Amino acid sequence: MDYLYDLNTFLPATIMAAAGLVAILMAAYKARIGNIFNFTIVALVMALAVSIRDLFGPDGTAFFDMIAYGGTAAFGAFLVTLGTLFCVVISRDYLEAIDHHYREVYAMILFGSTGMVGLAVSNDLIMLFLGVETMSICLYVLAGLIKGEKIGAESALKYVLLGAFSTGFLLYGIALIYGATGATSYAVVAGAAEATPLFLAGTALLLVGFFFKISAVPFHMWTPDVYQGTPTTLTAYFATASKAASFIALVLVLSRMIPEIEGVELTQLLQVIAILTMIVGNLIALVQDNVKRMLAYSSIAHAGYILVGLAAGTPEGYTGVLYYLFAYTIMNIGAFGVIAYYERNHALDFTDVHNYAGLGYKFPVMGVLLSVFLFSLIGIPPFVGFLGKYYVFAAAVNAGLVTLAVIGVLASAASVFYYLRVMVYLYFREPHKEYQLVRPGALFKYSLILLGILTLWYGIEPIFPTDSLIELISTYY
Amino acid sequence: MLENYIPIIVLFGIAIVLAIILMSLSRLLGPYRPNKNKLNPYESGMDPVGQAKERYSIGFYLVAMEFIVFDLEVIFLYPWAVGFLDLGLEAFFAMTIFIVILFIGLWYTLKIGTLDFSMKPTLANR
Amino acid sequence: MVEIDWYLALSAILFTIGALGVLIRRNAVVVLMCIELMLNAVNISLVSFASYHGDITGQILVFFSLSVAAAEAVVGLAIIIAIFRNNLSVDITRINLLRW
Repeated sequence: MDYLYDLNTFLPATIMAAAGLVAILMAAYKARIGNIFNFTIVALVMALAVSIRDLFGPDGTAFFDMIAYGGTAAFGAFLVTLGTLFCVVISRDYLEAIDHHYREVYAMILFGSTGMVGLAVSNDLIMLFLGVETMSICLYVLAGLIKGEKIGAESALKYVLLGAFSTGFLLYGIALIYGATGATSYAVVAGAAEATPLFLAGTALLLVGFFFKISAVPFHMWTPDVYQGTPTTLTAYFATASKAASFIALVLVLSRMIPEIEGVELTQLLQVIAILTMIVGNLIALVQDNVKRMLAYSSIAHAGYILVGLAAGTPEGYTGVLYYLFAYTIMNIGAFGVIAYYERNHALDFTDVHNYAGLGYKFPVMGVLLSVFLFSLIGIPPFVGFLGKYYVFAAAVNAGLVTLAVIGVLASAASVFYYLRVMVYLYFREPHKEYQLVRPGALFKYSLILLGILTLWYGIEPIFPTDSLIELISTYY
Repeated sequence: MLENYIPIIVLFGIAIVLAIILMSLSRLLGPYRPNKNKLNPYESGMDPVGQAKERYSIGFYLVAMEFIVFDLEVIFLYPWAVGFLDLGLEAFFAMTIFIVILFIGLWYTLKIGTLDFSMKPTLANR
Repeated sequence: MVEIDWYLALSAILFTIGALGVLIRRNAVVVLMCIELMLNAVNISLVSFASYHGDITGQILVFFSLSVAAAEAVVGLAIIIAIFRNNLSVDITRINLLRW
């Protein structure tokens, strides 16, 4: 019976794994692709419902301390499931339009999300490693979806080589931490850790592995290439769900495993990485003409803002990180979704910002939505992105890291330029060519509208859901 | 020190004797009708002589890739097999689930025809 | 009895060779092999730590890392085949469409 109880605490991932197995068999028997899609949606909605139930449930550890449930872990599972659901919903029409609608895509997404949930709830270095790898291997496959074109295969190769390279560092870090403490469970490691060279080297290598996964500078090189070569809706999946899972695993590692050791300033390392990430991400994003690449660098910059909250190292900072991840998931899926929406028109390359000229009038709803998401990414007050940034920077200031917060604010001020540039093209440039427009699928359109409403709702209505969310998150520490 | 290795030498001896016995038995008892294909070093159809840089069918890669995965997943059975009696029924069920998952993977590969060599090795025409 | 330091040194050296290989070699298949070398070097560390602590966890982790490495190699090989069909080459210095 213990197993059943443990399984219940891990139910979102279990549902997704089982659904993935069914989906791959459906693919083997060449089921109609619409059926596989509907099945995936049903499974994900069930997983989402369960993960919302878990949000308000008890917390503890299960599977011989391998995973944690409740608290931050439950929030991670919720966030991953939410992101996956939205990405899958917008994937069908888009993949259909670009002629890469394979049956196996949905199975791979389900397996990948299983890994992400495993990563986000990990309470043991072994589970951490397994989660990272289950996630990454599925993402490598998804990155190579457009394998017939040079750009698709190239981005997949870069991803798999650099990803596996970073896995090596992650695993070496785990090995050294295990060697220094004789355990892999976070709590035991935290109890046994001393500032020996072995333990410090292990921590450093583990963090390098993490920095690769969350694409922090100087380990960000793969991000723009992979994001550009991957089908856009799956890029949204890479940028939100997988990143949220990695960040939440990092929060768990930092808050539960790596203890306060005399003479070791982890905060300083995180500060340096955060500053580098914010500056480099924003600076290179300024010169991008390709919108997907611009959003890739912007996602690097956002990783920098999130690292500010981690560098604060206080419960308040971690709460800010969780809230930021929530905001980031909603608005980034929205932004990538609108780009995917434009991309369905084959006449022009709709990843080039020059071709966005006048689109705001041709697709009024989509134009407004993209503006909403971009304003939210900038962090302008009525939108959810502002609250995310506010919580993270406020936590940094309260932890005494004023310089860091100031740099963060300046960096996000610089980001206004490249986000607004897209909007200038949308509304203030004349289209230089006539082309046929593809009319939208209803599901695609309404899910994007829903994301837009959420972005606005969580920004405008800070009384009910946001406060209860913050309360929920902050009770975890 | 060295006498520790005596059993190994004995093992070598037994192996050699056994090999000789088995080979001569099969030669004496079985029918012997050689032809060109049977005498090839690799009966799989690889040409043993020729350019080392020669390309061979992509089908070999597919088989190799599947071999690597299924071959290595088996290592999880060893610790379970060693502790089988102590672990009891729960571990048995857990392992059954594991094998079912592996089996679904195998099922999928069989169904889409990666192991079917008579087919043209293109997965793209699905 | 060989001391654990030697195993760790061996592991570190192999890991470094693998990492350098990833950075230096140009053939994608060789790069993949170097990554395998890195992972297996770590396995040596894990097993020797497990033996040093008299604890089984490290050996279990080796099982996981072996199977994960295999899965990664398979996906990597599949992608390299796709690259080869597009480019007729697996030289990673010639895979340079995406920059900045």
